[in-house]
Amino acid sequence: MLRPLTSALALLLLGLAAGCGRPANPPVTPASGPAAAAAPAKGGPMIWRVGNGAEPQDLDPHIVTGVPEHKILMALFEGLLSENPQDLSPEPGIAERWEISPDGLTYTFHLRAGAQWSDGVPITSTTFVRSYQRMLTPALGAEYASMLHHVRNAKAYNEGKLTDFSQVGFKAVGERTLRVTLNQRTPFLLKMIATHYSWYPVPIHVIEKFGGLARKGTAWTRKENFVGNGPFILKDWKPQQVLLAARNPRFWDHARVRLDEIHFFAVENQDSEERMFRTGQLDLTNELPVAKIDVYRKEFPESLRIDPYLGLYFYRFNVERPPLNDKRVRRALALAVDRESLVKNVTRGGQIPAFSVSYPGTAGYAPTAKLTGKVEEARQLLAAAGFPGGQGFPKLELLYNTSQNHRLVAEAIQQMWRRQLGIDIGLRNEEWKVYLDTTDARKFDLQRGGWIADYVDPHSFLEIWTSDNLNNDTGFKNADYDRLFAKALAAPDDTARYAVYQEMDALLVEELPVIPIYHYTRVVAMNPRVQGVYPTLLDNHPYKYVWLRDAAR
Amino acid sequence: MSVPATATLPAPEALEQGSSLGHDAWLRLRKNQLAVFGLVCLAVVAVLCLVGPWLLPYGYEEQKLELGASPPGAMHWLGTDTLGRDLLVRLLYGGRISLGVGLAATFVALTIGVVYGAVAGFFGGKLDAVLMRIVDIMYSLPFPIFVILLMVFFGKNIILLFVAIGAVEWLTMARIVRSQVMAVKRMEFIEAARALGFGKRRIIFRHILPNILGPIIVYTTLTIPAVMLLEAFLSFLGLGVQPPMSSWGVLIKDGAEKMEEFSWLLVFPAALFSLTLFSLNFLGDGLRDALDVRSSKD
Amino acid sequence: MFRFITSRLLQSLLALFLVITATFFMIRFVPGGPFTAEKAVTPEILRNLEAHYGLDRPLWRQYLDYLVSLGRGDLGPSFKYPNRTVNEIIGDKLPVSAELGALALAFALVIGITLGTLAAVYRNTWIDYVASTFGMMGISIPTFVVGPLLVLGLAIHLGWFNASGWYGPADRVLPAIVLGFAYAAPVSRLTRGGMLEILGQDFIRTARAKGASELRIITRHALRGGLLPVVSFLGPAVAGILTGSFVIETIFQIPGIGREFVNSAFNRDYTLVLGTVILYAVLIMALNLVVDIVQAWMNPKVRLEE
Repeated sequence: MLRPLTSALALLLLGLAAGCGRPANPPVTPASGPAAAAAPAKGGPMIWRVGNGAEPQDLDPHIVTGVPEHKILMALFEGLLSENPQDLSPEPGIAERWEISPDGLTYTFHLRAGAQWSDGVPITSTTFVRSYQRMLTPALGAEYASMLHHVRNAKAYNEGKLTDFSQVGFKAVGERTLRVTLNQRTPFLLKMIATHYSWYPVPIHVIEKFGGLARKGTAWTRKENFVGNGPFILKDWKPQQVLLAARNPRFWDHARVRLDEIHFFAVENQDSEERMFRTGQLDLTNELPVAKIDVYRKEFPESLRIDPYLGLYFYRFNVERPPLNDKRVRRALALAVDRESLVKNVTRGGQIPAFSVSYPGTAGYAPTAKLTGKVEEARQLLAAAGFPGGQGFPKLELLYNTSQNHRLVAEAIQQMWRRQLGIDIGLRNEEWKVYLDTTDARKFDLQRGGWIADYVDPHSFLEIWTSDNLNNDTGFKNADYDRLFAKALAAPDDTARYAVYQEMDALLVEELPVIPIYHYTRVVAMNPRVQGVYPTLLDNHPYKYVWLRDAAR
Repeated sequence: MSVPATATLPAPEALEQGSSLGHDAWLRLRKNQLAVFGLVCLAVVAVLCLVGPWLLPYGYEEQKLELGASPPGAMHWLGTDTLGRDLLVRLLYGGRISLGVGLAATFVALTIGVVYGAVAGFFGGKLDAVLMRIVDIMYSLPFPIFVILLMVFFGKNIILLFVAIGAVEWLTMARIVRSQVMAVKRMEFIEAARALGFGKRRIIFRHILPNILGPIIVYTTLTIPAVMLLEAFLSFLGLGVQPPMSSWGVLIKDGAEKMEEFSWLLVFPAALFSLTLFSLNFLGDGLRDALDVRSSKD
Repeated sequence: MFRFITSRLLQSLLALFLVITATFFMIRFVPGGPFTAEKAVTPEILRNLEAHYGLDRPLWRQYLDYLVSLGRGDLGPSFKYPNRTVNEIIGDKLPVSAELGALALAFALVIGITLGTLAAVYRNTWIDYVASTFGMMGISIPTFVVGPLLVLGLAIHLGWFNASGWYGPADRVLPAIVLGFAYAAPVSRLTRGGMLEILGQDFIRTARAKGASELRIITRHALRGGLLPVVSFLGPAVAGILTGSFVIETIFQIPGIGREFVNSAFNRDYTLVLGTVILYAVLIMALNLVVDIVQAWMNPKVRLEE
């Protein structure tokens, strides 16, 4: 009877080997281990190795839409404005100074002298105008073109209703002056320009050589053709492996740049990424598996970074489906979620329980209206709505996209609802695209949603819930909310604007088209040798301020 | 069996009863210790999965968020998962799914594959060409798309799970059966059967198939784990068990991600999974030996 | 033989055409498209996007256009990665997967056939038990468990290898072992089964009676027939191993084509889905042809044509 015994032993060995993995090795410093070949030796070039998530789709700022691409574009391009490394407030970039007209409709940017592309061609205001024209060209189909729609006539041009670009509010006044005219007062415009790549200039002179301005995916972004104006240039790109960026000597601020190279690794699997970090192949990861957070907290706290992140995790209601069309039912479900327990025991990443849609502390704005109330109130509301103790409540379904983390949160909340309210909600996961499609068509009862802000301003979260916003997806249509939204945009200054936002947040807490669950944090592993990476709400870290402690300089 | 030279012929009334293949096989199987062990193990696992959850104090979805993942102990014999759910109960519940789907879907794949491959191999010629090209085509179609389409058109039925799995697993079985049939069909005893005028169906099922049981059984034991893991992949697409229910495939996948911190979450599901497969394997080997008409074990 | 091969090629071409057609229409009926994204785009932009890729033309027209460009050998641009064509993507990734696959296959065949044969020859002894256990472990422990275990042990604990990546020759070792192990197991099981069948047959007894050495019997007489089930298993298995494994490539961050089979479907990258499907179909059909020929060679009783 040897066979069963040997097999049992084999299994046991494997199990022990797995168990002995804890508390294992601290993240290796680059001077040792097999990754030494990949890691910089002391005295060698300062190379920062970053786990960057998914493989970038392209390097054209007018084509891409994702975060991994954004991270790379921040190295290869610079826009009119740059970001402060600590609070992301707008700083001079290609534009060295600017003025805003008293009515808030006209912005005049003065470009610095000597700004040039990495091939030496100068950057002028015409470069910017033609870049924006390209972005808005209907045939190009740029997905983020809507970022420019605040500019006069930009939307009409983008929709093909206007064919004369000179009518659009971008004007080159002389070689180094750019005038931008808006539709209405847009208080967060500068933040948008500083943060978002849709406002970057593109090398028109290069793009024209490779298939013209209205063609997507042309060869201009290949490594042999690529031209940028950022602190780094494209040195090499091995698809699905790594993208190498090297310092750009033609960058106007290159004296401040300390890193010699940045290596962006396309690592999709977070477990693999964490192992790469431990063997010293990476200095910074893109994510950290939830199961490892506590281990790092206890044993490698110097390598654990938990930073606030401007994002909201929430569940959408389909407010047109009974009984979810009853405000009391929505409130009952929202109150019965034990956010503290969820954040402490399930997600474990220091997330902040969310009792409002807006983030407490977005550029000085903190919502006062909060979803407060105990479980007893939830039960009463449910009874008042006609479902005492959960009796007679229809079997609804919660839709989420396939992911371990989403599933755990959903299972936990499912249990909370069952135990506290006696309600039985089914869980349904769908693959990503199917989930998006179902969400668009609003074929759900409840749906897991997430929203990351594009720039640091409460507008970014509050604009979604207007009646005609494409990302609303709840069926929530409230005339008061729409009215307040317009009022906020027209407000004379931030104080007045924030006052309106308070009303809007209060309305959302009252009507609850969504259940705010928690505000995101960014949990990553970072080698302590990395300096100049400050906690910012958007996880943007301007690379000219980053350096590595134990390397050459 | 050797007959002593001094034996006398038995009296006509004492002639042995004719014995069918099945009866002979069962006798031989009973004597094979490992096979019996496998059968017993399987039975125990099956019973545990069916009955066990009722005997245990915890529900499979009962969470204790504060507790989180805890190692095996007095309260929870196999420990708990990250939501504080008892692993033993979940493992047994998951076994219902995995065993049920694994065995049933494999059976479906086996049936279709054997018949298809036998027909193709036996008849050869144009029929074989058409049948095999159909197999080639089905091999090449993108599986995730196929499954999503199934779900779009037929909703999310548990039956679809079998259809999706069965649609994929019979292909290789058919190929293996076909090649075996092609190897055997020209042997003398088949010629003899033909000469005796036996019908084609009888030849295939009564003469050819029993002679190629070996690779079929082996491949079946290879198919079952593939099916169980395929189910885990399908749950990714949204087909398969819905949470909080789980299956062994899903438990193993989740455990693999946490193998350093909470190794019990991997070890126990993997161990049970392997134990079941080993048992099936012993049983399969035993069956093959027992049904082996040409075995020269003496 | 020549007639057989040509007739087979023609059949395969027809089958390939059917695969392409079926896939082309299948992917269009699936919910979600290449541009379905979390931050929704305005209908106008969506219209422009679709116009750019010709998705606004009637479906039959797109199908014909695709066939025409296919005839030129052009698999089209990728939807997900606009600045690369499908030809390039496959051209970049296939060699990687092929390299990994070849190494893994060598490992699987050598280890698998050896162990399976040993198990059959020394049936019911400890050799058989060890070899069979190895076989069963490979089958019952999935690659997504073996992979990380090996990485934890050999890369992190012992520091012999990188945790993932495909940069230098040393990076080939772990993935090849894990992938090879996954295939060595069924190969060893099928070999054992096939060899047991053969070794029980009369002609083996005859050879033994004639005084042939055991080694000669195995290699000269038994293997040829005993490996028959392995060969028919290998057809699709080699196609699978050469096109890489989604799991292995994900764990070890290998830029191979294996991931694209699955990811292109999830991204609804229509052209890349079709490209990978065509690649796989061609491989499968070519390999099945080879397998059929090899089978006929191994067992003369198997005739290729009727």
